[in-house]
Amino acid sequence: MANMICYHCGDQCSKTKISFDEKDFCCNGCKTVYEIFTSNGLSKFYDLEARAGMTPNAVPKKYDFLENEEIVDQLVEFDEEGVQVVNLSIPNIHCSSCIWVLENLNRLHPSIKNSQVDFPKKTIRVTYDVADFSLKALVMLLGSIGYEPYISLEEFNKKDQTKDRSLIYKLGVAGFAFGNVMLLSFPEYFEVEEFWLNQYKLVFRWLMFAFSLPVVLYAAQDYFLSAIKGLRSKLLNIDVPIALGVLTLFLRSTADIIFDLGSGFFDSLTGLVFFLLLGKFFQQKTYSFLSFERDYKSYFPIAVTRLGTDGKEESVQVYKIKVGDRLLIRNQEIIPVDCILIKGAAEIDYSFVTGESQAIFKESGDKLFAGGKQLSGVLEVEVLKSVSQSYLTELWGNSVFQKDKVSDFQSLTDSIGKRFTMAVLTIAIVASIFWLFYQPNMVLNVFTAVLIIACPCAIALAAPFTLGNMLRIFGKHGFYLKNANVIERLSKVDTAIFDKTGTITTSNKDVVSYEGIALTDEEKALLKTTLRASNHPLSRSLYNILKSNDIETLDEFQEQTGLGIEGRSKEHSIKVGSAAYVGKETNATHANTSVYVSSDEDFKGRFVFQNKYRESVEELFHELGKSMDIGILSGDNDGEKKRLQKLLPGKTRLLFNQKPKDKLEYIARLQESNQVMMVGDGLNDAGALAQSDVGIAISEDINVFSPACDAILDASNFSKLPVFASLSQKAVKIIKMSFILSLCYNLVGLYFAVTGQLQPVVAAILMPLSSISIVVFTTLMTNLLGKKLN
Amino acid sequence: MSVIYVLLAISISVAIVFFAAFVLSVRNGQYDDSYTPSVRMLFEDELLPDLDEDIPENQEIKQTESTNQ
Repeated sequence: MANMICYHCGDQCSKTKISFDEKDFCCNGCKTVYEIFTSNGLSKFYDLEARAGMTPNAVPKKYDFLENEEIVDQLVEFDEEGVQVVNLSIPNIHCSSCIWVLENLNRLHPSIKNSQVDFPKKTIRVTYDVADFSLKALVMLLGSIGYEPYISLEEFNKKDQTKDRSLIYKLGVAGFAFGNVMLLSFPEYFEVEEFWLNQYKLVFRWLMFAFSLPVVLYAAQDYFLSAIKGLRSKLLNIDVPIALGVLTLFLRSTADIIFDLGSGFFDSLTGLVFFLLLGKFFQQKTYSFLSFERDYKSYFPIAVTRLGTDGKEESVQVYKIKVGDRLLIRNQEIIPVDCILIKGAAEIDYSFVTGESQAIFKESGDKLFAGGKQLSGVLEVEVLKSVSQSYLTELWGNSVFQKDKVSDFQSLTDSIGKRFTMAVLTIAIVASIFWLFYQPNMVLNVFTAVLIIACPCAIALAAPFTLGNMLRIFGKHGFYLKNANVIERLSKVDTAIFDKTGTITTSNKDVVSYEGIALTDEEKALLKTTLRASNHPLSRSLYNILKSNDIETLDEFQEQTGLGIEGRSKEHSIKVGSAAYVGKETNATHANTSVYVSSDEDFKGRFVFQNKYRESVEELFHELGKSMDIGILSGDNDGEKKRLQKLLPGKTRLLFNQKPKDKLEYIARLQESNQVMMVGDGLNDAGALAQSDVGIAISEDINVFSPACDAILDASNFSKLPVFASLSQKAVKIIKMSFILSLCYNLVGLYFAVTGQLQPVVAAILMPLSSISIVVFTTLMTNLLGKKLN
Repeated sequence: MSVIYVLLAISISVAIVFFAAFVLSVRNGQYDDSYTPSVRMLFEDELLPDLDEDIPENQEIKQTESTNQ
């Protein structure tokens, strides 16, 4: 019966199985949630999706800061007449059952009026009465059913954000106008000399003019703005010929209908803008549940407990902490400022900061850095620096974090656009000069016709559709990009720099090797039994790794903090711990973490903990090494140097003991002659990630922390990194192929334009045809490429 | 043939009504989250049947809930 599965969360029920209501639960938390759900008529939860639940882990007093009205004020969106509305981020939302139970919160508490889940963003919006309820009670209620909200410093002051929906509006306007203009221009396509048509054509034409006005003035305004911006900085980007085309289309068409020369090109004009915006919309795929802009704010708590002079505890907003304040850091809380430990046993997990998974022990008087997470018990600390001046947060003052990589990068489309504009203008001028001598009244016609037909609609669509589609394909394989531009930058990368800990090593499984005199079975059993009693992380991981033996009962157990443990059973004793503790003189300081063992005061040997590299590291570096220079930048000591050298291709550069700032500067130096990709995971890599041309964050769990970056890569897909890189190069090739294709269309159009026989109907056929064939071509090609990932 | 003005007026006003409906729906946030509603619409029926019978019990749990916190 050992392998029962929890009815609520689906975890294995180990030794502590709880049976309730003829169902098995892995822990009391799961059972409680089940009870809450069933007794409130929410048992449907389990029918919608089996084992969908999340185990609640409540930390008492964690949300005391929500009693502080000032903080609550900043968090709620709306607060009037006893009703509050709050938007909370809940990382645990993962399936339809979650949506269902969270939208039925009102059945768990009558004060909750309404709750609405935004699944892609993993947020919930709750409206509630404050009469006998509060934000704190709501957060605790959510926590008790396993949906603990994530409240960080980032949430603070965020409520004024409004959504930018302008692209959808613009697309709507353009589509609306396009459809109507198409209908209105249809009669004139075929029956130009018909009597009734002649009589009413003015009405139709001016209606088309009216419909195209909002398109030119509103929907296409981004292209005009971008073209002007480009011209000001002396750059001919792709938006210049587009804006020129749109403007010429509009002016020529208006002139045409004023002087009764023809029906104008309003259909092409509105269609062009509509297709362009459609491309933009397609490229704008964002992963709203991921954040690529995270800085320390999303890691840090919003408030901490301050100890007053009289020993009274109060919640205080993090920004209001002053140097000299006494703070209380509870179990599992993050230290928000640099401080000195006054009281308590500190066991700090700096994995957010350094990527190093092993917790560090500190004693009273030691300095603690902001960003560490306390793992056991309560600490009392004295503040040394305020939040913004702490070691970690200071890094964010660096200007790299303000750098806009997208606008600094000249995309393929823009560089083509430059040559294209020059060519179009040349052709237009040459053709005009020719007609000036041949038939002067045709000059204006030809000049505008060239500008109209050469409007690079298809070229402008090639990149958005190719890259947008690639972005989706990558996303399906666990590689989430911040925007489509990243693909183009990735295709140019020639140097790849990796962080070591947490990036090319896994964070959970330590490898242990034993050096020394082999232990007897009896000693092994005693060792395991002794380790079982200790709570030290090294003991725990060693305990888990050792082959299971019979567990005996200990006659005596002693733990000396910071040194080691001793266990005694019958007449044998065993000591595990530091070298000095077991009575071994260490001649050399070993770079790797080691645990020494002695039995009956005789030194036996030591267990060496080593980082475990991800399974595919060797092949990955071999594969990447073919096309790129590779380097390792590690914040750790060089204890692993030999092993790494054996594992990696010979020319790999290895640098150790690199501080966050060093990493940033090293990348910046490389960038003088190379396009650099940085792959990292911790906050210590954040500077390097921001500085590099492409910063990729490796994440074991996509929903939790990752530093500011251009792309987030699911750790399980780490081995596919070379494939992603080569696919992005192929994507750029597809764009180039589409450029050639669209040039062919342009040549055909130019023939009509230069010879002065461009009819509106020709433009109306040629433009959508070229756009649609480009879209079809790029979609087919990218999907073909995407198959390589499977 | 001047009836064409009437026809044009009607067709354009119908188009404008739909366009206004689109703008309103965007403004109301209908396009902000295009996934959750597709799941939500499948729930409605399941919720109603057992709603009534559970209301008394509901009160009780609420009490224990709030005191626990």
